[in-house]
This record gives sequence, C-alpha cells and structure tokens, in this order.
Amino acid sequence: MNVAVAVHEAHPEALTGAGEAGPAPKRIVVAYGFWIFLLSDIVMFSALFAGYAVLVRATAGGPAGPQLFNQTSVAIETACLLASSYTCGLMSLAIVSRRRYSTYLGAAVTFALGAAFLGLEIREFAGMIADGATPQRSAFLSAFFALVGCHGLHVTIGLVWLVVMMAQVAVKGFAAAVERRLACFSLFWHALDIIWVGLFTVVYLMGVSP
Amino acid sequence: MNLLGKLDWSAIPFDQPIIMGASAMMVLGVVAVLAWVTLKGWWPYLWREWLTSVDHKRIGVMYCVLALLMLLRGFADAIMMRAQQAVAAGGAQGYLPPEHFDQIFSAHGTIMIFFMAMPFMIGLMNFAVPLQLGVRDVAFPTLNSVSLWLTASGILLTNISLVVGEFAKTGWVAYPPLSELQYSPGVGVDYYLWALQISGLGTLLTGINFVTTILKMRAPGMGYMRMPVFCWTALATNLLIVAAFPVLTATFAMLLLDRYLGFHFFTFEGQGNQMMYVNLFWVWGHPEVYILVLPAFGVFSEVISTFSGKPLFGYRSMVAATMAICVLSFLVWLHHFFTMGAGADVNGFFGVMTMIIAVPTGVKVFNWLFTMWGGRVRFTVPILWSLGFMVTFVIGGMTGVLLAVPPADFQLHNSLFLVAHFHNVIIGGTVFGAMAGYTYWFPKAFGFTLDERWGKASFWCWLTGFYLAFMPLYVLGLMGMTRRMQHYDDPSWRPWLILAALGALVIMVGIACQIVQLVVSIRTRNERRDATGDPWNGRTLEWATPSPPPAWNFPLLPHVSGMDAFWTWKESARAKQPVAKDDRDYEAIEMPKNSATGFVTAFFAVVTGFALIWHIWWMAALGMFGAFVTFLVFAFREHDEVEIPARVIAQAAGAHQAEAVP
Amino acid sequence: MTITPYDRAPGDTSPSGRPLETEGSPALVYTIGLLLAVLLTATSFWVANTSLLWPPGVPLGLAVLAIAQMGVHLVFFLHITTGPDNTNNTLALAFGVLIVALVIAGSVVIMDNLNANMVMPMNELMNLHMQH
Repeated sequence: MNVAVAVHEAHPEALTGAGEAGPAPKRIVVAYGFWIFLLSDIVMFSALFAGYAVLVRATAGGPAGPQLFNQTSVAIETACLLASSYTCGLMSLAIVSRRRYSTYLGAAVTFALGAAFLGLEIREFAGMIADGATPQRSAFLSAFFALVGCHGLHVTIGLVWLVVMMAQVAVKGFAAAVERRLACFSLFWHALDIIWVGLFTVVYLMGVSP
Repeated sequence: MNLLGKLDWSAIPFDQPIIMGASAMMVLGVVAVLAWVTLKGWWPYLWREWLTSVDHKRIGVMYCVLALLMLLRGFADAIMMRAQQAVAAGGAQGYLPPEHFDQIFSAHGTIMIFFMAMPFMIGLMNFAVPLQLGVRDVAFPTLNSVSLWLTASGILLTNISLVVGEFAKTGWVAYPPLSELQYSPGVGVDYYLWALQISGLGTLLTGINFVTTILKMRAPGMGYMRMPVFCWTALATNLLIVAAFPVLTATFAMLLLDRYLGFHFFTFEGQGNQMMYVNLFWVWGHPEVYILVLPAFGVFSEVISTFSGKPLFGYRSMVAATMAICVLSFLVWLHHFFTMGAGADVNGFFGVMTMIIAVPTGVKVFNWLFTMWGGRVRFTVPILWSLGFMVTFVIGGMTGVLLAVPPADFQLHNSLFLVAHFHNVIIGGTVFGAMAGYTYWFPKAFGFTLDERWGKASFWCWLTGFYLAFMPLYVLGLMGMTRRMQHYDDPSWRPWLILAALGALVIMVGIACQIVQLVVSIRTRNERRDATGDPWNGRTLEWATPSPPPAWNFPLLPHVSGMDAFWTWKESARAKQPVAKDDRDYEAIEMPKNSATGFVTAFFAVVTGFALIWHIWWMAALGMFGAFVTFLVFAFREHDEVEIPARVIAQAAGAHQAEAVP
Repeated sequence: MTITPYDRAPGDTSPSGRPLETEGSPALVYTIGLLLAVLLTATSFWVANTSLLWPPGVPLGLAVLAIAQMGVHLVFFLHITTGPDNTNNTLALAFGVLIVALVIAGSVVIMDNLNANMVMPMNELMNLHMQH
C-alpha cells in the first residue's frame, strides 16, 4: 500500500518550513550530528568547569593559581591554538576547492601548531609536578589538572585524527565520506579553540588577576 | 610486577554459598544457550542477520531482549531483598549478610535503571521512530550498532562482577566518601564506574543519533507539527540524553581519578568536596528520570489514540507539554538532596520548580482522558497497561509533589516513602509503558500478535502485585523505616514487609505469565498472523508497512500531508475518494551495509573495562589499541552500502499491496 | 534527495557546500576572524594584568571579552548565522548554552549555599581529621 499523494500534488513551494523536503543530504546530516556531539562535549567540559569553580579555593595549604601560572607560556599557547584554528580554516577552503597539496600543507601547519600547544602545556604540567604542585596535592590542583588536562587530551585526539584524515586523503582522495569527516574535524578543532578561550580566561587570567 | 594486577583466585567468592549458587545458575544458563545455538547451527545466521546488523528494527529488538533479560536479573535482586526484610525483624539477621545485602540493593538499582529501563525505552524508540517518520533508518546506522553493543558491554561487566570480584556496596548513586578508595577499597565501585562509563558512551551516541534523525530526516511533507507524538517525546528524551549524560561522564571521571590516581575531588584530604558529587550526580539524575518516562508517555499517546479510534486530543498542547518538561527537568535537581545542607531559600526555589514541573504532566493526563472520552475504546492489553499507568502514575506523581515540599521531605527523605514514590512512578510509568509498547509493536516486529489472555493475566498480576508490594512501603516510610535496611528492630514493621514480599511474589507470577505468553504466542503464531501489517487499525506510518517490514521500510518514501498520515489515507480510501496514483517507479535502494564494528568494539570495551577494574595495565592498553584499530578498519572500509535492486523492491511492495486491507 | 537551500550544515561556507563561486576571498572571512580574535585575546591579557581598571570589574570584563571571542569563532570560523537556513544549528547551540549556564551557575550557587551552611570551615575539618 502506497501511503503517498501523487508527486504532482506536493508543490515544492508548499514544502516550506523546517525539514519538510524530506531527509536532508548526508553531508548536512553528518555535520549536524557532529555538531550535537560537540555540544554534548561542551556540556561535559561545563561540569569540569563547575568543579573547578567550586574547588578553586580548596588549596589545602598548597600553592594557588598566582604562584603557579606563567602568563607568557599561556599567551604563546593561546597564539598557537588560535593560529592553528586559522590554518584549519584555510585547510577547509583548500578541501572545498579540491587543492590536494594545499590541504596537506594546511594540515601540516595545523598539526605543528597544535603539537606546539601540547608541548608547551606538557612542559607546564611537568614543571608544576616537579615543584610538588601535583594533582594529588589539593582539590584545586586536582580540578586544574582534570580540566586543563581534559582539553589537552582532546587536542591530542584531534592531532591523531588529523593524521588519520590525511592518510584517508592520500588513499581515497576527496571522496564524499572523506570530505564529510574533514568537515567534522574542522568543527572539532574550532570548538577546541572556543573551549580554550573559556579556559584561559577563567583558569589563567581570572586566576592571576590582582 | 604482577601480570594480572589485583586479579587472583580470591576474587571468586568460594566462601559465599548464595553468590556461588547464583553465579553457577547464571553461568550454566549462558553456557546452555550458547551450546544450544551451536548445536542448532545458528551462528552464521545470528552473526549475519543480528549481531552485525545496523538495521534499526533489529537493533531495537536486541535492546528489548537485553532489557527483558536484565529485568529478570534485577527482579531476582528484588525478591531477595523482600525475603530478607520479611524475616530480619527483632534480633533476626536474615539469610543475607550486610556485605551481600548492600551489593544487592546497589545492583538492583543500577541494573533496573541503566540496563532494564533505559535499553527498553531506547529499544522501542529504535524500532518505531524511523518507521513513524517515514524514513529508512536512523542518521548513523553503524553508530547505532556501536551504541547497542556498548550497552551490552556494560551489562556483561556488571554480570561478571557476580562471579569475579564484587559489586559496589554504595547504593546505585555511589556517593563519596563511601565510594572513595579509603572506604571502598575493593573492585566493586570500579565495576560500577567502568560499566556505566562504557554504556553511558553508548547511550550518548544514541542521543546524538536520534536528535539528528528526528530533526533532519523525515518523510517529505512531515513538518514538525505532523510528527507522531511518540517522535516528539523521543526528541525530548534524546535532547535530555545529549544534555545530561556528559555530566555523568565527567562526574564519574572525577571519582575515577580520585580512586585511580589519588586526586582529591571528593576526598576529605586535600579539601575535596563530597557534596559536589551529589550536586553533579543529580544534575544528571533528574533529567535521567525524564529520559526514562518521556518515551513511555509517547507510547501511551500512540496506544490510547489508536485503541480509542480517535486522534490524540490536544496535539499542540502535548507537544508544548513535552518540550516544557524537557527544559524544566534541568531546573529541579536539588530536590534529591533537600536535607543535605542547602538553605531555605535555595530549597524553596527548587521545591516550587518541582511542583511546577508536575503541571505539564497533568496536561498530558487530561489529554489522554479526553482522547478516550467519546471514543470507542477497545480493551486490548496495551490499553489495560495504559489505564493502569494513568491511575498508578498519578498516585506516584502526587506523592512526588508531597515530597517536593522541603519540610515534608525532611521527614521522608531516604525513607521507604521515597522508595515507594520512585517505584510508583518508574513502574507505573516506564515499566507499564514498556509493556504496552512491547505488546503494541510486537506484531510489527515479528508478524504475529501476542496471546491476549496471557497478556491480560500478566497485566492484572503486575497491577495487583505492584500495589501489594509498594503501598505498604508508603506506610512504613511514614512509620519511620529508612531504606536499605538489612535488618531492623521494630517488630511492628514486619507485617507490612511480609505484605510487600507477597506483592513481589504476585509480580513474579506476572513476569512468569509474560514468559508463558511469549512461548505460547510463538507456538500458536500461525493463528495470530498479521497478514495486513495493520493489526490494530493504526494511525501512524509504521502500520503502512508489512509485518515485519523489509530492511528498507518503505519502497517509496511516503509524502505526508497531515498528522496521522496513515489514518488519513485509509479514511480517503474508505470514502472511495479518488486517490491520486503514485506514478513513481520503484528504484534500486541503497541500504547501509551490515558491520561487525559494533560487536568488535564492544569486545575491546569489555576487555579494557575488565583490565582497568583489576589494574591489569597491559591488557587495558591492548584493549584500547584494539578499539582504535577497529575504528581504523571501519574508517578505511571500501564499501559501506549494499544496493537492493528495483525488482526486489517491486516484488515486496506488490506482495504487501495484495495483502493489505484497502 | 534534492539539495534544499533551506538547510545548511554547521561549518559550511556556502549553502550547498560547493566551492564558492561568489565574490571576495573566503580566506578573508577567516583572516578577519583571526585578527578580531587576536585583538580580543590581547585585550584580555591586558585587562587581567593592568592596574588601570577597578579590580572588582576585571572578572566581568574578562568574561565579556571571552564571550565576544567565542562569538567571533562561531561567526567567522564556524559560519553560524541567524539566517533561516541555520535555524537548527543556532537552536542547538542555544540549547547547549542554556544547559552550560544552568550547570555552571546552578552548581556554583548551590555549592556556595552548601559551603556557607557547613558547621565548621573546611580547614578546621581537615585538621580535626588529621588529628587521629
């Protein structure tokens, strides 16, 4: 039994409003699904942020933010991540216009900048731990390491993903699936920078302001 | 360095006969089923058609199977607790030592909520939503399979804890400091945390999948206000999943960091804050109960309108009420810890918000009543469950509003009154909704209806048993009995607890009736074949397909021009109005290819989870690496679709048209 | 399925995702975004370290700058607009922002309330605990 009115009765102009034109193209479906995932990830970060906000003064007699945070390092990290977001955007443009070598170049620079961010952050953590400011020292430090560390973990996963995506481009070219996945990667990478804006503001800048 | 971490032979509780008995039964049961399948030679079929299936209908059925199995496991825990409390009065210690009793009530809650109620609701949504939307599958079919198998992984880990190790003794909410390493040094809390993190990831992916499907994939012409109400409640449910589950993930991650790496989120040392766990847990926990009940509301909307022969009363207000509940559920969470230190103003705010959230639910109840009013109600099994729901859930809701008053809650928090309340709403709401949905959609899934008599018997046993089991708990709560008591001094409580145990037995008879119903229905299935695909004279699009539907659901995507699309078509056909012929040709359809990704990922998830629980670090690393490789294999696969030729489509469509009632 | 102009994926530079055939350099959008973000970041660092501002206003200023920069990212890098083709994307974002606000603000208010009602301060509690 066909539950259908004749095609000619379904005027295209009548198909206004959200989603009345039938299932959206796969490209939109995939990107929207990933957008929803990103929002869920941001909610997870917000729980960690809430934990940090509650525990920021729970230093248990140990070091607090102003004694620990190096603003120069944070500024360089921020610059690296922001620049990598920019180069990721340029990479997206190269993908859309099917320029393969520009894509590889954009990816390489994005990777390098992301890795630089990660390296600086690891150095910061190592320094703190060497000074005895370990996550086991106090609730404040636990919250700090968990929040900033979670972001760093996401950056690491992003870098791995980027390498896998370049391998996919090398093997499959700009196939539709590859392009959809690269679009998801861009969304992910930009979202990480948005979270970093929140992070450096709340943790580092508000943490050290006089 | 110990190769097997903390794992050694002492992990198996040889000295606890009850646990050994239960473990033996479980292991024997599993082995028996596996052996039977092997002997019958069903593995190739099972692997090809079910375990690697990415079809939403098959995945939905498998979720429901898991849920029904875990209902038995969780119910066994319930019977044991009722038996213990019926005897352990005065000086008597009963038959369950405290360490065991504590694991039982923790496992009961965890299993019933995470591994019975959630999979059942998700299973029903999986089966029905794409069909009702008039599309071929969900947005991300392979991801759907991954979600199912991650849930199964959590189930497996929880059940392994019965045999190897122990389960948490903290209650299903696992508050610190009790759940911290200092007071729970064993593996029980770790089993709890890892099982729930793994299945929680699966659930989150389901949420993403369904939000995307409902918002971006509907049949042509199906605008938002033409969607069936079950799809609206599914949307609200999955929005809640996407918004709430990440908070649980973060909270459990913090507790895991405390336990594994010595962090101080919730410990006394280092100025940790235990109340922050309570706060964050319930930020998730309250939306969770709406995740459990909203799909049930959707089922009832469908069932009541179908069996009343009338469109649902007040569609717009139903939609508004559903979305209002969705938002409001994030504004009430403190009512779960009124007594734990907040000031009167904060308590007052959340008390008022809790009362407000009862209003949209009330709107829904009135809409269901008005739908039945003036209709020709057919008293089938699904309608019985719906009527039972309306009475039971309203009582449970009213005790909830009573508890929403902070001063009253100070008397009743953590008493049996509270336990009676939440069972009242979860059983009356979610479980009854699950049973109604199961009966309602069973013929669509399997091609024959369930036996009515055994269905009615089961319903009456459940209903009577529920009231017998839980009304005494309200009385006991008012008399001062707290929850989770392994034994008690006051002998005046005992008669009520015996009555409650009796009620549990009646429910057990109800469950037995359902098992018999299934066996009898399968044996006599030819007498109750659903040849037309529309056994109930339904209103929504799933009834326009054959029973069971083909993999592609619809040969041509239906063009929808109003609500209750299928009913509208049937009405115009009955009125012999000229139906414009659909002159589209059948075309080949590309369907997503089956994939072992879900199953294999789950295998590695179980390995990783087990390894992390027992501190077997090399095995955990291997497990995570295996999962990563599985992902790579999926990412680099060449063929992700299978083409179904047009003549196959045409043949199936022709066969259905011949059978279907015009 | 037809490509509808009523719907755009998040992050799409153009309605159909096809290469932009239109005016101007799309790289310009990203470059403007970058420059704005750099400006806002530099301002944030200055606000946090200067003594020229009234101290209690500093956290508010930082918050405003952070939100502005997040907006810059959303508009210039993620191409989220308020057009009708972006409705789903914006609504989802709004829902996410609502939940984030409720979780953070709600938790901070509640935990503050709880901590204030604690019988003794955390420090003393910890000392008591360490005494045995």
